[in-house]
Amino acid sequence: MTELLTAMGRRALSTRNDLAAAYRLLIRVAARLASAPFSAKGFRWPATCRQMVRIGVESLPIVFLIAGSVGMIVALQAATQLRRVGATIYVADLVGVSLTRELGPLMTAIIIAGRSGSAIAAELGSMKVSEEVDALTAMGLDPVEFLALPRIVAMGIMLPCLTTLADVVGILGGVAVAWLSLGIPVANYLEQTLHALLLKDIFSGLIKSWVFAGIIAGVGCYQGFRVEGGAEGVGRRTTASVVASIFLIIAADLVFTLIFYVLG
Amino acid sequence: MAASHAIIEVQDLVTHYGTRRILDGVSFRVPEGQVTVILGGSGSGKSTLLRHLVGLQQPSAGQIRIKGRDITRLPGGELTEIRKRMGILFQSGALFNSMTVGQNVALPLLEHTQLEPSTIQIMTRIKLQLVGLAGFEDFMPAQLSGGMRKRAGLARAIAMDPEILCFDEPSAGLDPVTAAALDELILKLKRTFRMTILVVTHELPSLFGIADHVVMLMSGKVLVEGGLDDLRASPDPRVQDFLARRPAPEHENAEGYLQSLVGA
Repeated sequence: MTELLTAMGRRALSTRNDLAAAYRLLIRVAARLASAPFSAKGFRWPATCRQMVRIGVESLPIVFLIAGSVGMIVALQAATQLRRVGATIYVADLVGVSLTRELGPLMTAIIIAGRSGSAIAAELGSMKVSEEVDALTAMGLDPVEFLALPRIVAMGIMLPCLTTLADVVGILGGVAVAWLSLGIPVANYLEQTLHALLLKDIFSGLIKSWVFAGIIAGVGCYQGFRVEGGAEGVGRRTTASVVASIFLIIAADLVFTLIFYVLG
Repeated sequence: MAASHAIIEVQDLVTHYGTRRILDGVSFRVPEGQVTVILGGSGSGKSTLLRHLVGLQQPSAGQIRIKGRDITRLPGGELTEIRKRMGILFQSGALFNSMTVGQNVALPLLEHTQLEPSTIQIMTRIKLQLVGLAGFEDFMPAQLSGGMRKRAGLARAIAMDPEILCFDEPSAGLDPVTAAALDELILKLKRTFRMTILVVTHELPSLFGIADHVVMLMSGKVLVEGGLDDLRASPDPRVQDFLARRPAPEHENAEGYLQSLVGA
């Protein structure tokens, strides 16, 4: 019985330490974000732009591929049901609204968590193992400002852009299905889509993607900075970063859906 | 020997990793303008001690006074100012793998000064030539040998002309000739720039080649502090065993051996 309690206590303590460390990182990131534009060298735009290229531009092919595929899948599934009631034109509504409100942000975030979130954790973790992070500190530079901030800001700029592009490509996937399989002319389909989309659909999707960006980059940086123990540690923390990111993304999505549902 | 002014004073330093006590009441002084060697076997706590001296870790108790200021109690901004006057060479060089050698050496100058890029480039070349790496500015760290990486790391450590220069096991992984060349470089830096140099090592040839002042650690405690003569004349058998490279005696009777096997 005491063994069980000891194990539980130890687990609770280690979880508390993890949460405390995550909280400390959050505070430091927020403080640096606020003070960076006023610091001696200003905000680190060159490093941030490099990260933006890696996170955003290099992800375009995979995001387009998956978004287009999902758009077609949703359109086909919708068409199967709507055909029974002779209302296949509403495929446009369904694809448009579900992509911009839900699937676009969620899908893009999960792809980027697997692709860029793991890269952030692996990079920072490798730097920690080879003492590069310590070298920065010993040199009087702040690893949070130098390494974490450019990645977090880059993610915050790029993920909403990627989400928007994913929405567009997904809708185009629906266009393809509607035209080739349902015989709906492209112009009609697009008009129906635009008619169905409300500004708040697009906005709610972008706000979600912005929060997801914070989660992905934040978890990646947190796990990367906590790596210990060589290559095995890097691997473990990289995996943990992807798993934790996806879990938190879906949890956040649930919270958002409830909030938007209540707000109407 | 005339007592020279102590630029670093450590008093009753105690530190833990979890519940394990690594340093147990360590006190010593580092005289200005001389080479101090922190000597000890593996597990003696010497690398941990060095990390505390550059502020990478906080002790559980005790004081570390650098130029009269206790760095364990300094606010961040003032600690950064002290760090700008110190340089440290980590065991593997800790070069930033995403930058060239030249960019590595120039980084402290870029971040901490308002110098023109052309001036910084000249200073980078000077430092690289000092360590024997002239012409290697555009190489990536991965393209260098282990010895060259250490020298590049040293060039970066002296980029800001520090008053205190620390070395974490500089001979580790180097062949005897390269290690001797590095010792020569250390002596040259002391003579030419009047730097205070702190070397953590367990290599006896380096010790006798460069040390003015020695602090010997074992199991987190100071065994001997003084000049090379004080070290050689120490009555402590553990010191003499270390200097003579004599391993600690194993169990000399069957009874003791059997008891150690069954964990008695």
